[in-house]
Amino acid sequence: MVHWSAEEKQLISSVWGKVNVEECGAEALARLLIVYPWTQRFFDNFGNLSSPTAIIGNPKVRAHGKKVLTSFGEAIKNLDNLKATYSKLSELHCDKLHVDPENFRLLGDILIIVLAAHFGKDFTPSCQATWQKLVGVVAHALAHKYH
Amino acid sequence: MVLSGADKTNVKGLFAKIGGQAEDYGAETLERMFAAYPQTKTYFPHFDLGKGSAQVKGHGKKVAAALVEAANNIDDIAGALSKLSDLHAQKLRVDPVNFKLLGQCFLVVVATRNPALLTPEVHASLDKFLCAVGTVLTAKYR
Repeated sequence: MVHWSAEEKQLISSVWGKVNVEECGAEALARLLIVYPWTQRFFDNFGNLSSPTAIIGNPKVRAHGKKVLTSFGEAIKNLDNLKATYSKLSELHCDKLHVDPENFRLLGDILIIVLAAHFGKDFTPSCQATWQKLVGVVAHALAHKYH
Repeated sequence: MVLSGADKTNVKGLFAKIGGQAEDYGAETLERMFAAYPQTKTYFPHFDLGKGSAQVKGHGKKVAAALVEAANNIDDIAGALSKLSDLHAQKLRVDPVNFKLLGQCFLVVVATRNPALLTPEVHASLDKFLCAVGTVLTAKYR
């Protein structure tokens, strides 16, 4: 089980409290699809992903980004029980969605950059370190049921 | 992975806007890397890695200068960084995974200090550029 210090929990909740889940989720997913275009392979049914402008404006991207980040919020509420919280989602990503777990790491790194752009200097090195730990642990939990 | 004309323009443009602050960007990149990825500290047992360390600042300046040099010679990064590539292969031997970690932290520094600069397109180009630099620096490892 992962240990979270009081300071880490504080850094997580204080940032999360100020995040607009819909905007942040949409931006993170859009940037994933733009910066790492091979990730588009999972979204054949999303329609127009032909350019950064198309991706950013795509309503399915926005909606899915919001869904993904809302789920991330669940992780934050269950920091001490992540593997259980994500057990079914992990199975889904393996058995039905067939997503390489490397993609969770890519999205996590992108999320950090979106947060950094939003919070500026307030996204201190300690803050980044805590959040890099968090996205790593989330990615690990999502990969845990893979077989 | 090849840098397109647009990538090169984006990267050169970014470094032009960062200008003389590149040194500070370099120092903060290292500070963040040591905080977020403590295993990277293993390459610096001889450094004082405490807050405000002059050694970290000095080294950040060197790292930034190399990135600037690569951006200024973006059509031939391998040529521009050839000596640095030799150094990493023969002496430093930093494991290749660490270049990604440094790259992530550099992107975060750009994002925190200049979010408007880091549009999705520029983000993509800069990420590619940083990958290319890492590839050059590890090219002679074996």
